[in-house]
Amino acid sequence: MNQTSRKIRVLVAKPGLDGHDRGAKVIARALRDAGMEVIYTGLRQTPEMIAAAALQEDVDAVGVSILSGAHNTLCPRIVSLLREEGLNDTLVVLGGIVPKEDIPKLKEQGVAEVFLPGTSTQDIADFIRNNVKPRD
Amino acid sequence: MPLTEQTDKSPQTRQSERKQSFQTVSLEEVDRLYDRSDVGDIDFDRDISTPGDFPYTRGIHATGYRGKLWTMRQFAGFGTPEETNERFKYLMKEGQTGLSVAYDLPALMGYDADSLLSEGEVGKCGVAVSSLADMEALFDGIPLEMVTVSQTINAPASVFLAMYLVVAEKQRADWKKISGTLQNDILKEYIAQKEWIYPIRSAMKLVIDTFEFCTEHVPRYNPISVSGYHIREAGATALQELAFTLRDGIEYVDWGMRAGLDLERFVPRISFFFNAHNDFFEEIAKYRAARRIWARTMRERFGSSDERTMKLRFHTQTAGVSLTVQQPLNNIVRVAIQALAGVLGGTQSLHTDAYDEALALPTDRAALIALRTQQIIAEETGVANTVDPLGGSYFVEALTNKMEQGALDYFERIDAMGGMVEAVEKGFPQREIQESAYQYQKSLERGDQTIVGVNKFEMKDELQEIPILVIDESVRHQQVERLERVRSERDGGAVSRTLDVLRLAAQRGENTMPATIDAVREYATLGEICSALRDVYGVYEEPAI
Repeated sequence: MNQTSRKIRVLVAKPGLDGHDRGAKVIARALRDAGMEVIYTGLRQTPEMIAAAALQEDVDAVGVSILSGAHNTLCPRIVSLLREEGLNDTLVVLGGIVPKEDIPKLKEQGVAEVFLPGTSTQDIADFIRNNVKPRD
Repeated sequence: MPLTEQTDKSPQTRQSERKQSFQTVSLEEVDRLYDRSDVGDIDFDRDISTPGDFPYTRGIHATGYRGKLWTMRQFAGFGTPEETNERFKYLMKEGQTGLSVAYDLPALMGYDADSLLSEGEVGKCGVAVSSLADMEALFDGIPLEMVTVSQTINAPASVFLAMYLVVAEKQRADWKKISGTLQNDILKEYIAQKEWIYPIRSAMKLVIDTFEFCTEHVPRYNPISVSGYHIREAGATALQELAFTLRDGIEYVDWGMRAGLDLERFVPRISFFFNAHNDFFEEIAKYRAARRIWARTMRERFGSSDERTMKLRFHTQTAGVSLTVQQPLNNIVRVAIQALAGVLGGTQSLHTDAYDEALALPTDRAALIALRTQQIIAEETGVANTVDPLGGSYFVEALTNKMEQGALDYFERIDAMGGMVEAVEKGFPQREIQESAYQYQKSLERGDQTIVGVNKFEMKDELQEIPILVIDESVRHQQVERLERVRSERDGGAVSRTLDVLRLAAQRGENTMPATIDAVREYATLGEICSALRDVYGVYEEPAI
């Protein structure tokens, strides 16, 4: 990436009813410190609101934080709504409490990576940087 | 590595030490040695005293656990009310001495199981409850006059208190005899856990309604458990947990007094709830400081002379945030040590986390080991044989003092803002916690803090896969069916009438409890009652922080 290129833009999203936003906020700040532009949705966003925000903010990646066990319901819907908006290249990653058995299915449904507890913020930043679709 | 300037009081250099600096899990510096010079300011009678005496540093009971052990109260709830009822009975059969209900996210947010917003969340993080019918199933065969029940519910707490009281009524239990605890600590929701519904001042009014109602009608019930647990889980340091929790306690006392309640009647029923994190001595000092600060606050700030207002009673839960997905059986050891800190700190009741809780809600097997951990501490280790065995330790007393001083500094800053409600509106505690959470994460990633199995002693292949509890969408279907049955069998006219009365009570600023109880008796659902109150109060919008 050269000096003049556009900063990577990431939407950190917190869908569902859960209010535990420690992870989402730590990640948002860590990605900012890693040189990205981060937009945090705030709590209790529906998949529709998240897709609309991704479109409006023209982001390269959406980072979804879910700890409540609702990921199998919420994540596929977020991905399909993004695709419906024509955001075919937007990278979707998930962080939170996710049973290992659920991961293959989530990946099939378009989640690029699932980060479990204990992942370093550096690894997450690196993954996003290496996997977003380059733009001019 | 270059050595830094010696600040240590010992003449030895630090060359022989493993690290340049030693810090607690709250990133507080710890000295090599504590001795007489660290406790020079302490006046034994004034500051430490004896167990059962002001300022209760050493405990609120003269006999400690020799009189009565702490209550073993495991937080439980998942799936349908029937499934959780079964888990309650299992835990009671295995020697648990109190109940504690975990509700699911729709319940915590005041939505019914059939709300669109509840999709994917019903019965997942706790038991699903949408109406009195669910509550009746939840406590089926559990006599509320005999068992104390703690309910973890906040924004819609007044509705759950009403449901609990109506179930008791149906069991012909005497409200004057039943006991238990309602978490009902809405301030820490805005500060940390963020399961809110109404704007903060209306929500505070609802809390005060429960204080007033319980003082009159359910005198042995604790209408609030002022909670540091969630503040800590959100990333606060031990000191921030202590300071914000006790300052929240002060705020509730202030609001109660402003509403005309009699301090000596409602304050003795205010209970507290703290976290037990990894740093053993820091936690013990936190509990001891909490008792001393509360006693002094009640005497000096509120001018109370009634010792029942000064005795801080608290529940403890081991730190969920400290549990690791990696090598999950290690969590059994973490929980045991954290629980021991709670016991040495003099807790009145204790929840020990299950080793599988970084992955899911606990299985029967994991929940049983968690309970057995408490029983082993109580029955085998000997720590319950004498009161406050760490009292007088140079280190523990110095840390206790430091905690107290730090908390008083925070009190001053929050007082200067006009109080805790105002501080929360300004985002002050939220920002402090966020900053601590980030600093901790950075410290972890630098390797300054160690988590075994995560950033040290990692293993590529886990030794053992553990079975986990899976809750599927069938729970939602069952709950929606029951809700439909309730709606078709109840008297719809009576439901609308009671909800109108409730709206009116809220508009007029009257106590909302009697109208809430009437609505519950008619099987108005949780969602309907909360929606009636939303009509009057509106909803909370979090400011950007």
